Amino acid sequence: MDSARPMGWIKTTFHKTGSPRWFFTGARPWVVGLYVFGALLIVVGSTWGLGFVPPERLQGNSVRILFIHAPAAHLAEAIYVSIAIAGFVFLVWRMKMADMLIQAAAPIGFVVTVLALATGIIWGIPTWGTGWVWDARTVSTLLLAFLFFGLVALRQAIGREDRASRAVALLALVGVINIPIIKYSVEWFTTLHQPPSIVIGEKPAIAPVFLVPLAVNVLGFYCFVAGVVVAALRARIVEREAGTQWLRDWISKS
Amino acid sequence: MRLFVTQFRRDLLVAVRSRSDAANPLAFFVLATVLLGLGAGAQLAPGVIWVLALFANVLAVEGVFRRDHDDGTLEQLLIHAQPLFPAVMGKLAAHWALSGLPVAVLSPVAAIMLTGTANGVGVLVLSLCIGTPALTLLGAIGSALIVATGRGGLLVAILVLPFYVPVLIFGASASTAAMLGEPVAFQLLALAALLAASLTAAPFAVGKALAISQEY
Repeated sequence: MDSARPMGWIKTTFHKTGSPRWFFTGARPWVVGLYVFGALLIVVGSTWGLGFVPPERLQGNSVRILFIHAPAAHLAEAIYVSIAIAGFVFLVWRMKMADMLIQAAAPIGFVVTVLALATGIIWGIPTWGTGWVWDARTVSTLLLAFLFFGLVALRQAIGREDRASRAVALLALVGVINIPIIKYSVEWFTTLHQPPSIVIGEKPAIAPVFLVPLAVNVLGFYCFVAGVVVAALRARIVEREAGTQWLRDWISKS
Repeated sequence: MRLFVTQFRRDLLVAVRSRSDAANPLAFFVLATVLLGLGAGAQLAPGVIWVLALFANVLAVEGVFRRDHDDGTLEQLLIHAQPLFPAVMGKLAAHWALSGLPVAVLSPVAAIMLTGTANGVGVLVLSLCIGTPALTLLGAIGSALIVATGRGGLLVAILVLPFYVPVLIFGASASTAAMLGEPVAFQLLALAALLAASLTAAPFAVGKALAISQEY
């Protein structure tokens, strides 16, 4: 730590994370840790939620899909916001790690979004009586899937790597401005989807029996997918840094 | 302002002198109206006219920078036009005058053909006049991002159609409400708000995207 500047470690961490070499070698234990910890939480949360929580008064056993649906839906938005932040970082500071993060996270975000949509449809059939409604959060999640798809498609369409990176970062930024607009414009069609049950700072409108396993599962999803993203990021680093001396040294050492 | 007017006049002239380019969006709109009428009957909701206008727009906006990129004018524009904002605005204004505006003008005919009634066509035209410029502005971002790749069409549609959704929602809802004789002020104001937001923000994003695609 730099004693002259007490906050210097923030800057140091920032620059270290921005270095492919440091990240690649330093993040390896993180991948394993996040995988194990996340998988453990998911197993605990899902067993608890699927096996031990009492059926809900109105929805019966179908409420159990909540323990998959809500974490996936949360995570999908969180991934998009992180991609947009990375886009901003890339356009301002040209850190290639930020760009590699976008590249690694976009397909994962797409999969998570599709999972949220699929579980939502399955849940909707017994409870709403229909698998699909044109409701604010349903539509914005679907469009989120298209935004992820667009990020991947745009990168593939532009052959040149440097140009593609900047274009994708810009698209991610434009998208994040649009998500709230899309959400509120559809919200104005008042609809079937229940309003958010857990709002930070308010008393949750969901019974504690459901809340605790849900929280376990949300945390588990976050950790596990963070592990997947870090692993994907390391793969991108190998791909882009192929031929650098440090990577060759690392390979011959291990 | 001079930059805006110069660019606007130049683009309008170029488009008018190559007639087919200027007429294509309109021809698409008319043809799609006919096909929809034949395929789906004449009792549709006025929202379908909005959907058709949206498709006409995304097809047209895909080529807004294409010709200039091919002959190098775009590069010159990026070098000379400082600031870029008015030049981009002039370009998009000219583009809208030949794609969005004619569609809005022809929409009453399409409305009568497809919905079977002339109720509320005034509001439909007004909503298209407010909404389609916002579509052009948003679509130009996607178009600018991929102009240098030589790919077009579907990719632009995938990139920008999600951004078109709010405009479509308010536009379609305004025209449906107008047909039923309900108040429409809220929807039209919301459209105007979307237009104002995209007028201020989109040209910057377009400029940035052009700079990326031309590597400046």
